Amino acid sequence: METLTEFLSFSDANVRFVTFGSVLLAASSAVVGCFTLLRKRALVGDAIAHAVLPGVCLAFILSGTKNPVYLLIGAFITGWLSVYCIDFITSRTRIKEDAAIGLVLSVFFGFGILLLTAIQHGGNASQSGLDKFLFGKAASLVGEDLITFGSVAVILLITILLFYKEFKLLCFDRAYAHTLGFPVKMLELILTTLTVLAVVVGIQAVGVVLMAAILITPAAAARFWTDRLGVMILIAAVIGAFSGFSGAFVSYVAPAMPTGPWIVMIVSVLAIGSFILAPEKGWLGRMYRQKNNRENILDENILKLLYQLGEQNGSFFSGRSLAEMQEKREIPSGRLMKGLKRLRSQGYLKRDPGNTWLLTPEGKTRGQRVVRLHRLWELYLTQYLNIAADHVHEDAENIEHILTPELEAKILEQLGYPETDPHESRIP
Amino acid sequence: MDAFWIILTASLAATCCSLLGCYLILRQMAMVGDAISHAVLPGIVIAYLFTGSLDSPLILLGAGLFGVLTTFLIEFFHRKIRVQADAAIGVTFTWLFAIGIILISLFAGQVDLDQDCVLYGEIAYVPLNRWITESGYDLGPTTIWTLGSVTILILLFIGIGYKELFLTTFDAGFAAAIGISTSLWYYLLMSAVSLTTVAAFESVGAILVVALIVAPPVTAYLLTDNFKVMLGLSVLVGVVASAGGYFLAVMLNGSIAAAIAVVAGLLCGLAFLFSPTQGIFRKRSTLAEPVDMQLQKQ
Repeated sequence: METLTEFLSFSDANVRFVTFGSVLLAASSAVVGCFTLLRKRALVGDAIAHAVLPGVCLAFILSGTKNPVYLLIGAFITGWLSVYCIDFITSRTRIKEDAAIGLVLSVFFGFGILLLTAIQHGGNASQSGLDKFLFGKAASLVGEDLITFGSVAVILLITILLFYKEFKLLCFDRAYAHTLGFPVKMLELILTTLTVLAVVVGIQAVGVVLMAAILITPAAAARFWTDRLGVMILIAAVIGAFSGFSGAFVSYVAPAMPTGPWIVMIVSVLAIGSFILAPEKGWLGRMYRQKNNRENILDENILKLLYQLGEQNGSFFSGRSLAEMQEKREIPSGRLMKGLKRLRSQGYLKRDPGNTWLLTPEGKTRGQRVVRLHRLWELYLTQYLNIAADHVHEDAENIEHILTPELEAKILEQLGYPETDPHESRIP
Repeated sequence: MDAFWIILTASLAATCCSLLGCYLILRQMAMVGDAISHAVLPGIVIAYLFTGSLDSPLILLGAGLFGVLTTFLIEFFHRKIRVQADAAIGVTFTWLFAIGIILISLFAGQVDLDQDCVLYGEIAYVPLNRWITESGYDLGPTTIWTLGSVTILILLFIGIGYKELFLTTFDAGFAAAIGISTSLWYYLLMSAVSLTTVAAFESVGAILVVALIVAPPVTAYLLTDNFKVMLGLSVLVGVVASAGGYFLAVMLNGSIAAAIAVVAGLLCGLAFLFSPTQGIFRKRSTLAEPVDMQLQKQ
């Protein structure tokens, strides 16, 4: 706790630079990453990240200094070139996108490593530190770097703000944007440029290998919390910023720990947490809804079954044994018992002393509705789609649990309030 | 002699990677191979902590399991949690790779792996680490033995399962209809990829494995429409790249593995420009375009 307050006081200038830098870099990459993700270019981001390395090395060889501006320019050029290569390969040959990305990524990166090792073995004293591009150097950011990368980050954010509407349309409906007369190609060019810039800046924090993570992972996580682009960008930025902040904290507490991988670790855990826990789209929520749905269908099938048995014997409220029910419709005993007990607790069924089950008035109404929907749908299919009467049962089995009262009224109206279904059973 | 051992090691790695890569690129799963190659890192570190060496066959198994786990995770994120396919890959492998790097820094004293080695291997040291029997007989570099046995395993795998792999790759629906389990062969293939990645890891590093998985098969794919020829050609390209890369690296005094990736990329570029059927500068006079690999799924 004490270290945390000490950390938060930012009394150490170095801590200030590192924290502010990590937050800024991670957050701005996350914002751009939202568009990369939505355009399904996540792995292209990975390729760009790897392809930046030869540019950095070439810039160093040509300029002979580690001036961040030169390195940024070099990185930008090869990063851009890699995107161009991927697009060129996929459009001009039968090689698919995944192979093109893998090819460009590994060959560019190989070239970068070749240059890097050649520089290292070359004995140029000022080269030390170039390898920081591999895993990032968030922990050793200084004021000068911060000004360069900070201004790039600000440019990124401003451009996105300016073209927000256009980019949004481009991500979700490119063809529509085209028909509206937007310069789609130009916008794509700008967006790609932004991605390259974000990568070039972001590798300062986590390095080329893990760059894809701070570009895509916050966006992928944010996608699970909302369907609105604006909110998604905001959430992604917050997740990115928080990871950058925590990464800086980890490296403050344990200086031997690599900052970049910790940023990625934290952002990944947040993302996986979102995948599982997000209320609407998360895994647990969906599992829960699916279970509910299954239970609901089982319940309705049991009520329908009891109603049909009642129809056969003319008495809806007399008790039925398990064997009787299972003879009419095959439901595994375990599931059937669970369903029956659930329905009793909800007041749709009663249990007789003789271990038989009977419908309550509410149960009868609900069962009746399912039977009605089933038969209505069968009739609708035979009349409007000309499907043979012996082919409509399966379909009706599914739809009977889904139709809403509004649709029911519509169908009734269309069919002219019919009396019987195609099998000559009465529609209750 | 050292040159011979290094080129032999690289060629063995290239053989395994290219053969499996042919299947991966035709299944449009090259990036899954990339993901596996990153994600075996934590497996290697953990296995190393347990066994204390990089040569034990246990490492192959333990780290190989991590590769298969990656495939499971990607599938799980994509199919069950419905994360967009490319994002599922991106999130999974960066996460596992970050775990690997963190583990390396945590156990820096106990694990003889450094971050650079993870990226581009230490193939230059292969000839130094020799397998010497108790009677003092020199059996050559240990890596040759591990990579050699993995190569034999991969050749056996492809030889025995050729029909199944072929069918599940080109026409999964048909394969399923005649009773071949597509998911079984999918996971077998992924296990083979993991095993290869781990075996090649020490010599060529995590990332450059990808170059060998993708570049030679792509080159071969640009040159032929016959799958068997493609397998053979890709191995040939891999071996040529290994030899060429070695000499390029010696010339520039740089990393051998990286140079191999560059030469593989150059070969691919040549095929891209001059392939008689697919190249940019192909003869325009050929009227009938050759039939694309007929069964290839769109």
